[in-house]
Amino acid sequence: MGFEKFGRRSFTAMTKTAKFVDLLAEGKVEGSACKKCGAKFFPPRADCAACFSKEMDWYDVPKKGTLETFTTAQYAPFGFEADPPYTMGVVNFGEGPKLFARLAKDIKIEDIKIGMDVTVRPLKYEDGQISFEIIKA
Amino acid sequence: MAKDVAVIGVGQTYFVRGYEGSIRELAFEAFREAAQDAGITQKNIGASIFCSAPEYDKQRSPAGVLAEYLGLIPQPTFYIETVCSSSSSGVKVAYSMIKAGLHDVVAVVGFQKMSEITSAESQERMGRGADIQWEAPFGTMMPAYYALYAQAYMAKNGLTLDDLMKVRVKAATYGQINERAVYRKGVKPEDFDPNNPEAKMAGPVASPLRVGDCCANADGASCVILANAEKAKAFSKKPVWIMGIGAASEAVNMAARPDFAKGLSVGYGAAAEAYKMAGVTAKDIKVAEVHDCFTIAEIMAYEGLGFAKPGDGKALIQAKETYKEGRIPVNVDGGLLSKGHPIGATGGSQIRTIVLQLRGEAGPMQVKDPDIGLVHNVGGVGLYGNVTIFGR
Repeated sequence: MGFEKFGRRSFTAMTKTAKFVDLLAEGKVEGSACKKCGAKFFPPRADCAACFSKEMDWYDVPKKGTLETFTTAQYAPFGFEADPPYTMGVVNFGEGPKLFARLAKDIKIEDIKIGMDVTVRPLKYEDGQISFEIIKA
Repeated sequence: MAKDVAVIGVGQTYFVRGYEGSIRELAFEAFREAAQDAGITQKNIGASIFCSAPEYDKQRSPAGVLAEYLGLIPQPTFYIETVCSSSSSGVKVAYSMIKAGLHDVVAVVGFQKMSEITSAESQERMGRGADIQWEAPFGTMMPAYYALYAQAYMAKNGLTLDDLMKVRVKAATYGQINERAVYRKGVKPEDFDPNNPEAKMAGPVASPLRVGDCCANADGASCVILANAEKAKAFSKKPVWIMGIGAASEAVNMAARPDFAKGLSVGYGAAAEAYKMAGVTAKDIKVAEVHDCFTIAEIMAYEGLGFAKPGDGKALIQAKETYKEGRIPVNVDGGLLSKGHPIGATGGSQIRTIVLQLRGEAGPMQVKDPDIGLVHNVGGVGLYGNVTIFGR
C-alpha cells in the first residue's frame, strides 16, 4: 500500500516509511527507532540522522502524554473545506519525540486545555483515508 | 564597524491587492527605483538574485525571465528561496559574493504576486511550505501553526488577546502613514470586540488568533542593490553598511519543536550570530523591522532579539516602547500586518525601510536620528530565520 492513503489528504505517494499506514490499519501508532544507536523518531524516518544507519525498527508511541499546545481552525486550506472547525495539537510524552495530529471530533472545543492528559489512536475516514488522532486519556 | 559591503540602492513597489501586471512588470518597478536610487544602470551590476516563494505564479525558474526583462543579461543570475525570508537570504548570498570578490555590485530582487490564486489556495500553498509528508495531511495552514505558538506562549507568560490587539493597533498606526502599505486604515480596540458582529478584526481564524492578528496578503516587489566599499563610495553619498548577518534553521515538524512557550528558536539563533558579527548588542539598535506575520510573532521577536527578556515582550507593547517615539521603534512602516506581506518581497522591503531610516529619508515614519538598524525576517513557521544589522 502506498502513502497516498495517509491523512485527510496525502501529498506524498511513496516513502520508505509507508508501512506506517499499514500499522495504523492494524491499530498501531508507531514511530521508528534506529537499530544501531537507538535514536527514536516520530514521525518515523527511514534513515538515522544521528548515526547514518538505515536499519530501523518500529516502536509503539507512548500511551500517555499531555497536550502541550493546540489550535482550533475555523478556516481550512484548499482541499480541506468540508472539515472546519477542527483542532490540531502537539502531544508531549515527557521524553522522546512529540506528536502532532488533530484532536478527535468528539472532544468539546471548550474542554480542550493545555496540560490535559491525552493519548493517541488510529483513525479511519469514511473515504478510506487512514490517520491518527489525539483523544482524552 | 567593518565597511566592506553596503546597500547603495533600495526600491519597493506599492503593496497592493490585485496588481495589474505580470511578475516581470512588478519586479521591474522595484528594480527601476533601486537603480535610480543608487544612480547606476544595469551595466554597473555584476549579478542578480531573484527571490520568491514558488507556486503563486506559473513561471518556473523565474530568474532568467526577470533578468532579461530588467535588462540584467548576460550577467549571471539565479533564484534563492526560503519562503517568507527569501529576499533576506538573497541579501546574505549577495553579501557573500561581494565579500568573496566575485562581483562588485549585486542586485537582489524579491517579488510575489499572491493574487494569482485564491486565499484558500494560498493557505494550501503555505501549509505545503511546512512538512507535506507528515503535517499538511492534517489540513495545516500558517495561522494555525502560529496559533500553536500563541496558545502555549500566552498560557505560560500571561500575554493576553488585548496585548496582541495592541500590536495590531500599532501596525495600523504606521500603515496609515505609509503610502505604499496595502492596509491604510486605522484599527481601534473596538474593532476586536468579540461581542460586536460588525467588528472587522474579531472573527476567529485559528484560536487564539483572530482576523486582526493575521498579516495582509499582497502583491509587491522589492529591490536591494549591494556594492563593495570601492563602488559604494563611488556611487553613493549615503551608503548603509552591513554590520552583521545571522541565520538559523529549525526542525520543520511541530513534533520536533523544543518549546512552544518560548517562541521561535531561529529568532534567538540568528540574532546571536548577527550581534556577534556586528559587535553590538540589542541596546545599540535604534530602529528595527521584525517579521510580524502574526501579532504573536512580533512579541516573540522582541524576545529573540533581546529587546525584552524571555516572556516579557508584552511589557514593550503595553508601554508603547516599540512606537516611533519609544525606546526601540519596531515596524514603524506598518510591518507585515499593515504594510503587507508579499512573501518573496518582504525581506527586501524591510531592508529598504531600515536603509531609509538610517539615511534620514523615511518621511513621516522617520525615527529620530538612528545610526544602527536591524531586520528580522522569518521563513515558514520559524523554519528559517535571518537577522541583518545595518549601520551608516
